[in-house]
Amino acid sequence: MERENEIELARELLAGSPAAFDRFVEHFRSKIFQYSWMMCGQREDAEEVAQETLLKVFESFDQLREPERVRAWVFRIAKNACLMKRRKSVFAPKQELSLDELMPVSHHDGEQVKLEIADWSGLPDHHVLQSELRDVLRRAMAELPDIYRSVILLRDVEELSTEETAQVLDVTADVVKTRLHRARLAVRKTLDGYLRGVPAS
Amino acid sequence: MATEHSHGDCKEVFAMLSAYLDLELPPGTCREIEEHLKGCPPCVEFVESLRKTVEICHQYDPEELPGPLQEDARRDLLAAWQRMLQARTKTSC
Repeated sequence: MERENEIELARELLAGSPAAFDRFVEHFRSKIFQYSWMMCGQREDAEEVAQETLLKVFESFDQLREPERVRAWVFRIAKNACLMKRRKSVFAPKQELSLDELMPVSHHDGEQVKLEIADWSGLPDHHVLQSELRDVLRRAMAELPDIYRSVILLRDVEELSTEETAQVLDVTADVVKTRLHRARLAVRKTLDGYLRGVPAS
Repeated sequence: MATEHSHGDCKEVFAMLSAYLDLELPPGTCREIEEHLKGCPPCVEFVESLRKTVEICHQYDPEELPGPLQEDARRDLLAAWQRMLQARTKTSC
């Protein structure tokens, strides 16, 4: 569903339209579930987060001042619900990704510098992701430390803006940019290994 | 930033590539990166792979769906929404 349709649904819900209720639930329940599963790691937790988030969303819908921001607003509530779930599980250490480790290896070939990277030119820009590539991408994101995974999910999968992502995660825009870059580099590295046929470490 | 190719330049560019792809850099810095890219095929190749990574993430559509919404769960959500609407009506009266 496009952002414009979400905004329209939010306006209809605020106006009390019963027709909007089920469409809103169906759409955002899937979205929250998918984000939460990637963040919590458990289907059962993700189902609970989706329900808890939607309850909170409906209870406080009148606090959504700008329907244009509905996606970011819902994800902010979902992020907090995920944090509550994670508190009950083993706390994962905060790992930092270093830029140096994410730079590709290069070597000199005569006068030229060559990078040890796959040939990406065969990947078309717009195509439905094949299931294998989708699985590799999912694994690449799942392997990221939490602080990077949440940023790439919100910025590149949910396509929130830098500013919206910063608001959802309670960090500055500069932190979002730094984490996003490192997350993308790490995902790129995994995809590159897949395209080169290098077995995952 | 010098435009002549050197490892240091590549590293400097490398640190800014997402902001470059997202058009979040000041125009001057953006021009410097483009100048660098003109003379550095390895960086061009790398930018392209990063651009495609972002594109692939945009297309990511998880197949996993939640189980069907149970009737009692739907009832709870509906009740929460209706309570919110009623409270709003009372406040505005």
